[in-house]
Amino acid sequence: MRDVEINIKGMVSAHTIIAFSIFIATLMPHFFVENYSVYGTHLAWLYSVSGSVAVVNITIFWLLGISPPTKKHTLSYKVSRLVKSCLHFVASCLFFHLVLVLYGATLLEAPLETFSLAVLLSCFTTLRCLCALGPNVQAWIRVFSRDGAMSIWDTCLQITTAGTLIGTWLGAFPIPLDWDRPWQAWPISCSLGATFGFLMGLLVAPGWIYWHRKQLTYKCK
Amino acid sequence: MDGNATGQGQELLKGLRSSQKLPRMKRLPVLAMLLWVCAVFYVGIFLFFGGFLLVRLEVNRSSSCDDLLTPRDEGGRDFCRGEPRFRRAVVLIIDALKIDFARFDARNLAPKPYENKLPVLEEVMSSQPTHSRLYPFRADPPTTTMQRIKGFTTGSLPTFIDVGNNFASSAILEDNLVHQLGRAGKRVVFMGDDTWESLFPKKFHRSLPFPSFNVKDLHTVDNGILQHLYPTMEGSDWDVLIAHFLGVDHCGHRFGPDHPAMADKLTQMDEVIRSVIGRLENDTLLVVMGDHGMTDSGDHGGESLKETDAALFLYSSAPVFPAPGAQAEPEVVPQTDLVPTLALLLGIPIPYSNIGQVLLPLFPQHTGSPGAPPPLSQAEALWINSKQVSRFLETYTQISKDIPAEMQSVLREDFSRISSEFRSSAQRGLPASPELVSSLQGYLSAVRETCRSSWARFHPLKMAAGLAVLAGACALCLAVSELGDAGSLRGPLATGAGLAVGVGVAQLVAGGYSDVSWCLGAFALSSQALFLRRAWLTARGGQSKGGLRELLPQLSAPLLVLLVRCAALMSDSYVIAEGRVATFLLCSLGLYVPLRLNWDGLLLPPADPQKPLGLQPSPSLSPAVVRRESLALLACVAVLAGSLYLSLSFHGCREEQGSCQPSAFLSPLSRLQDSRLRNLHYLLSVASLAAWTYALRRWLRHYGNLNCQAPAVAAARWLLPSVSVCLALHWAVSSTPEESFRSLAQLIGLAVETLPRAAFALLGLGVGLVWLDPLMVFLKPRQPAQPRGPPLPPRYRASTGISPQAELHHLIPQLYQRMRRSLEDDDGPEGGAEGDTRPAVEAYGLGTVYSAPLLLQWGLLGLGLLLLHPEGLALSFLLLLLEAGALLHLHASSTSLGLLQGTHTGEFAVPWTPLVLWALAATQFFHATGHLPTFTSIQWGAAFVGFPKGHTGTLLPATLVTLNTFSSHILFAVGCPLLLFWPLLCEARGGRRGRGSGEEGEDVVMEMRLRERPEQFSSTLLQLAARYLFIHGAQVLASAVAAAILRRHLMVWSVFAPKLMFEASGFVVSSAFLCLGLALVMRVDVAVSRWFKRLLPEQSR
Repeated sequence: MRDVEINIKGMVSAHTIIAFSIFIATLMPHFFVENYSVYGTHLAWLYSVSGSVAVVNITIFWLLGISPPTKKHTLSYKVSRLVKSCLHFVASCLFFHLVLVLYGATLLEAPLETFSLAVLLSCFTTLRCLCALGPNVQAWIRVFSRDGAMSIWDTCLQITTAGTLIGTWLGAFPIPLDWDRPWQAWPISCSLGATFGFLMGLLVAPGWIYWHRKQLTYKCK
Repeated sequence: MDGNATGQGQELLKGLRSSQKLPRMKRLPVLAMLLWVCAVFYVGIFLFFGGFLLVRLEVNRSSSCDDLLTPRDEGGRDFCRGEPRFRRAVVLIIDALKIDFARFDARNLAPKPYENKLPVLEEVMSSQPTHSRLYPFRADPPTTTMQRIKGFTTGSLPTFIDVGNNFASSAILEDNLVHQLGRAGKRVVFMGDDTWESLFPKKFHRSLPFPSFNVKDLHTVDNGILQHLYPTMEGSDWDVLIAHFLGVDHCGHRFGPDHPAMADKLTQMDEVIRSVIGRLENDTLLVVMGDHGMTDSGDHGGESLKETDAALFLYSSAPVFPAPGAQAEPEVVPQTDLVPTLALLLGIPIPYSNIGQVLLPLFPQHTGSPGAPPPLSQAEALWINSKQVSRFLETYTQISKDIPAEMQSVLREDFSRISSEFRSSAQRGLPASPELVSSLQGYLSAVRETCRSSWARFHPLKMAAGLAVLAGACALCLAVSELGDAGSLRGPLATGAGLAVGVGVAQLVAGGYSDVSWCLGAFALSSQALFLRRAWLTARGGQSKGGLRELLPQLSAPLLVLLVRCAALMSDSYVIAEGRVATFLLCSLGLYVPLRLNWDGLLLPPADPQKPLGLQPSPSLSPAVVRRESLALLACVAVLAGSLYLSLSFHGCREEQGSCQPSAFLSPLSRLQDSRLRNLHYLLSVASLAAWTYALRRWLRHYGNLNCQAPAVAAARWLLPSVSVCLALHWAVSSTPEESFRSLAQLIGLAVETLPRAAFALLGLGVGLVWLDPLMVFLKPRQPAQPRGPPLPPRYRASTGISPQAELHHLIPQLYQRMRRSLEDDDGPEGGAEGDTRPAVEAYGLGTVYSAPLLLQWGLLGLGLLLLHPEGLALSFLLLLLEAGALLHLHASSTSLGLLQGTHTGEFAVPWTPLVLWALAATQFFHATGHLPTFTSIQWGAAFVGFPKGHTGTLLPATLVTLNTFSSHILFAVGCPLLLFWPLLCEARGGRRGRGSGEEGEDVVMEMRLRERPEQFSSTLLQLAARYLFIHGAQVLASAVAAAILRRHLMVWSVFAPKLMFEASGFVVSSAFLCLGLALVMRVDVAVSRWFKRLLPEQSR
């Protein structure tokens, strides 16, 4: 039990750092990009947030040592894991792109915007999976089932991923409305929805785990 | 018999007698229950429409020359005084003459086919500026021809409800120009569109109507007019000549404005106008007008500017207009304004109900010349006009409460102030001041605006009652779906009927007449309330508390999606984007299925197979089986998503969607100019048609349903392909351009007529055969090959008849476990003795005994509906087949995944998720077959499939158009029971583990399982239908609520009201065809029972 509480504290600080990095990433491009605004130069914002979240996530997971224990420590093994992870990340970007297109994003009109959103979603979801579970799709699928979580980090992963996806889904709702707002343009509302969903996930996860710490029994570990 | 259907195993047949002992399936109660639920929905819809659709009261009074317009006025009579300005008039109505067609732009060097084709107007206007004018002529919506004729002859505004009368136009009873002309002794000669003849029967001095209904016919009406127009004009037997040309409109409907045929047609009209102008005399006014415009696709009916703005060209051989620039000209002339203008120019009374205002440039500003009877000046004309409008307003407010009282008093004060001013200036002998003229104009415009807004009159009580009945009906569906068993209907029905009669009698006594809608409302509400009360008591009977929770389904993802869908009906943006919204929601729910299964841990085999799961670790729970099933499920999701994406390319466009391009597949092939492209499209369509037919036949063959000699099998074998051939030939013939095979024109005409009719006849025959004998089961008796020995329990097998090996592997089904056991108990001693003497029996296709006829009917219906669509949509229909298959398999796979891992109990009940998917797919394919919930997008061409020369009645074309419009609703409703059968079919593949066949684990009985538990079968069917009705009913309720709440919204007549009408008609069609589907299932059940009975004496002999 104490173990869990310590872990939750670690999670709270980690999430604070990630959330803070998103804010910083929103503000930073002011100094580098001319006429920067979240709506106007949306892609700049999107790349900045993706990049910062990616870097911060990797660093935190590495520092906290949550990543799955590797059996071998040879360099070639590590390199192959890294390559595999990169391949998984790219594949996930392509997968998200495909899903977005199937949902009705135009295939030809704004491919760059769609793909950027796919990258953002991958940073919010797949990258964290990669960091926490390694390039092991079986494990990912296992984590996203009711009894599949094996640590509080797995539960946290469930919550943030669900938050991101639901946020993106809800973000698509305002697109057809005739309000003529700048943020209704594709993919702004979706990427904002994803970010808000992710932030909500970050916020909710420690609290939810804390309240349910008695019910959460992790089989292994 | 198909060669691959040779079976090996044989089983003994025995014990059919005991089928008598089994509980019977409740057929009639289920159907009665369904019909009642549907009836309640219909009553709700009827009540709501009674309160929502606007009705304008017609004032059945006529003006006459002797009328004193204001009682206190002693200034002599107003109408018919003095010499009229014109003695005669020629009115050329060119249907759908848009203002863009009439304008001429000399700088446009590359005009489109519809541009710069009427140069005569420009020439006349530049050479004789005081003789002629061209104005945009704005029609009031609805822009359909009959409403427009009503509008510009009576001078009033038509209401929305008139739209429905387009095909059954009845005589105009209100006072109108034609009537007034006749009374004044003017000889009105009419030629052209026969709609006039039905609107003004026996009103014309001479009439030459030509058939208007056949949209494909560009020339009959116009050539008919041209034959008679000039001789008539040159003769003297006429005063007013009305000629209504239809060619431009029909050309728009058939080819769209941007087509060379339009250029030809407009050039022809140019010549007509030229020759008419050449024949005009000085006392004659020429009016050339369009009754409405057209959209870029050539349709009309709505209220976009493209549809409302027609052209109005006025010309006289004598100068009538002021010099250009001398006076302010109206920018746009409302269509009603033609009525008082023509009436005063021709010296007849203005029709009683007119609310238009005179067109000022046609009247002199001052009657300066002291000639004997001076023509009316502008002020005088306006004054007469205002008095007439004020009189109409007084009459109208007496008979109706439409116009708000404060508005009435404002208008009345306004009028009395103006009239006192006018009288005082007239007494002083001064000409009316320009201020007075403009205040008269202001008064007339104010009246027009008031009428326009208040003829949106609602009946809130009826609307509320309709909403209550609809909401109650939805609750009813929920109660039925959650309770399963319906209970007796007699009590509620009797009470309802009694109350309805009571209400009727009470109304009769109190008011002298009874309103049917209130009787129906009383019936529906009371019977609903009684039924719901009983359901509530039943639910509470089981548990002491929490009864309501029993009745309400849990809020799960499918219901959430349904909620989002209903909420989306409240916003005009979402209604406009409905096609994409439905696709989005369908995609979301489809992706939700595997995610949910994974969350429940069902998608992957359990992590450690060593651990025993449940009580009996069965061999079929091997990870391989689960993995295969999961892969099948994921493949289904992929197919679903893929067909959703592809279906987006078949959407049409609403006017509100600015930058939208309608799908290229929606226009008929004959419109395509490029012959290579046309051939490509044709080949694609034929290929998808062949794929549709092949898939159905392949399925039937796979499950062994094509083996016997039954009539239904013949339908599947011969009718299905021959109908497809008919369709392909019909497409080929109808898409040949008219010019290419002149010599074969007669043959082609014959083929265009006979081929679709033959297809319809064959389809009718096919469906009839399916209903006549729906069993597609081949019975193969054999001599017993079993050795004497211990008497084996008798067995059936429901063979699919694939290949011997596969068959053995697949299904050696075990029928009627319970029945057999009871037989052994009862007839134990003799059973052993008789065992050998009975012949063995194999029944091919018994496993799909219910779904095979249903699917066959589905396929036949699908072909029939496809025939009513443009050729290119064959692809979309193929996608529909694919998607329906994917949905069915998705449902089956998730059920069997649940069964495999022991979480599913083997109940038949169809959960909400597949049903919501199914119902959403109906909406999605409504859009993906090019339909939209607007009246302009109705595919009228469907009425001419097989009837290229048009119709005499209205029922047949209306039916064809309805079938075309709601084809996807029809297909999904008829196929709805398949959702119940599919998981049972797929047990052949997955290895379903029902609890009935515990010991013979490997046996599969497929749909025969349903006959094992007939009571559960019928209650599940009822539940399925109730849920499906609930999903559609909730959408109707939501759009009714939206229309009620937003009834003063800007978009109500262009978005919400049409949406509601389409949703409600879709519901009516869906429910009717759902009942048809269920009735077929019942019919099959009857046939199966009979078959078993017949088998029994044969086999026991």
